[in-house]
Amino acid sequence: MSRKSDEVTLMKGNEAIAHAAVRCGCDGYFGYPITPQSEILETLMEIEPWKTTGMVVLQAESEVASINMVYGAAGCGKKSMTTSSSPGVSLMQEGISYMAGAELPGVIVNVMRGGPGLGTIQPSQADYFQATKGGGHGDYRMPVLAPASVQEMADFTVLAFDLAFKYLTPAMILADGIIGQMMEKVVLPPFTPRRSEEEIRRECPWATLGKTQDRNPNYISSLELRSEEMEKINLRLQKRYREIEKNEVRYEEIQCEDADFIFVAFGTMARVCQKAVEIAREEGLKVGLIRPITLFPYPYNRIAELSEKVKGFISVEMSAGQMVEDVRLAVSGKVPVEFYGRMGGIVPSPEEVLNALKTKLL
Amino acid sequence: MTEEIIISGFGGQGVLSMGKILAYSGLVQGQEVSWMPSYGPEQRGGTANVTVILSNQRISSPVLNTYDTAIVLNQPSLDKFEPLVKPGGTLIFDGNGLHRLPVRTDINLYQINATEYAYANNSSKTINMIILGGLLKIRPIVEIENVLKGLKKTLPPRHHHLLPLNEQAIHTGMDLIMPYAV
Repeated sequence: MSRKSDEVTLMKGNEAIAHAAVRCGCDGYFGYPITPQSEILETLMEIEPWKTTGMVVLQAESEVASINMVYGAAGCGKKSMTTSSSPGVSLMQEGISYMAGAELPGVIVNVMRGGPGLGTIQPSQADYFQATKGGGHGDYRMPVLAPASVQEMADFTVLAFDLAFKYLTPAMILADGIIGQMMEKVVLPPFTPRRSEEEIRRECPWATLGKTQDRNPNYISSLELRSEEMEKINLRLQKRYREIEKNEVRYEEIQCEDADFIFVAFGTMARVCQKAVEIAREEGLKVGLIRPITLFPYPYNRIAELSEKVKGFISVEMSAGQMVEDVRLAVSGKVPVEFYGRMGGIVPSPEEVLNALKTKLL
Repeated sequence: MTEEIIISGFGGQGVLSMGKILAYSGLVQGQEVSWMPSYGPEQRGGTANVTVILSNQRISSPVLNTYDTAIVLNQPSLDKFEPLVKPGGTLIFDGNGLHRLPVRTDINLYQINATEYAYANNSSKTINMIILGGLLKIRPIVEIENVLKGLKKTLPPRHHHLLPLNEQAIHTGMDLIMPYAV
């Protein structure tokens, strides 16, 4: 709190999320400890924001409780969030679906670890399907941001709240154990005060903050038993997802201009593939990298454009191959799309992924 | 300039904090830095390691498979990381408890008996600073004054009275480190 906003500090990705949450005027954090993201809750307990901004920080009794506390706070128009790792995020899926159905904004951070089940505490990216295709029930999507640096852990905390309130939807930050645990330089976002009750009433007229004389009661529910009405809600949600697809696609390209072969990777694997690109270029191989920053909405169009001029793609993931399905959808058979991945908490090295590219595409 | 370093040893030897001090020193010196720990069960008593990268450019992968410099403080670490030092790179080892010594002839080998020295002088908690001093003698990648500033940032204020002791340990390490010939 005492830090100037432009000061460069060194911290873990998890710590950056905690600091960014306080700084962007978050009203409430509800979470339950789980490796590899427990530093988020620990850092908040150290910062003690309830003494400064008034932000509530609560260790809930479970992940199910956490997400439902977020639901409740969001219903009052509050900026609220929870964080967990894979098994905990699985427990939250019902609540996320309810938030999507009730059109409530909130931020969920998943610092992924290896699964299935309790799996391992080491990094993984195997929750891609769960995050991007609707891990809970029903026809819903949510913006999913994939940070690849500690700086992006801080920046995307702010961005996720912006998207959540802009589109009245839960938004997810899908990180992995490496990004959570590693320390890098970071410039924290500037300090924005929490919104006053009046500001929330103005910005969130749907919020259940107590009925005033001049309006009817606000109801927040994901239940609608009349089919025609329920379909209308679905159509409204779908329209919003199309808007998100139109407006919010984000990606980064590295040396794709003249590339013959392109890595597709997000989060930690994008960093590893970037190093593989450096090694490949030293060897005279024209290799590039496209890093989807939003996993929903996915940069299908850009990958489709690139597929007109390259000889092949390889999707590199810490999973058995999940995002590769979206790459194949985008490329639509024009050029080969290969996959390389490791599981169980193993992080492939730059040499390893470059060898995979050479073996499968050259 | 990019220096890719792995530091590995038993949990409790100060491996992660040595890496942290190095990373903070780089930060003070205006470099790009990354610090990536093994955060698994290792930190609860087994082997722990940390990858530290200092660079003048944006750092791509925080996870590496080969290293410019390896600092190994026990046998499993030596066995694992000796083969991963780049040819022409540097390996620093503490001789304490090793039953198999390094064998490579295409890298620069240095021995520093920091553990033995620290226990003989009743200051086991300075082992990592002694080794850091040894590293900086042969690879002066950061200025000593920046290390001291970095150290001050990583130590909570209640431990700041230990700063002179740590500075002394750095100088001890500079004297203790010696080339090792296979």
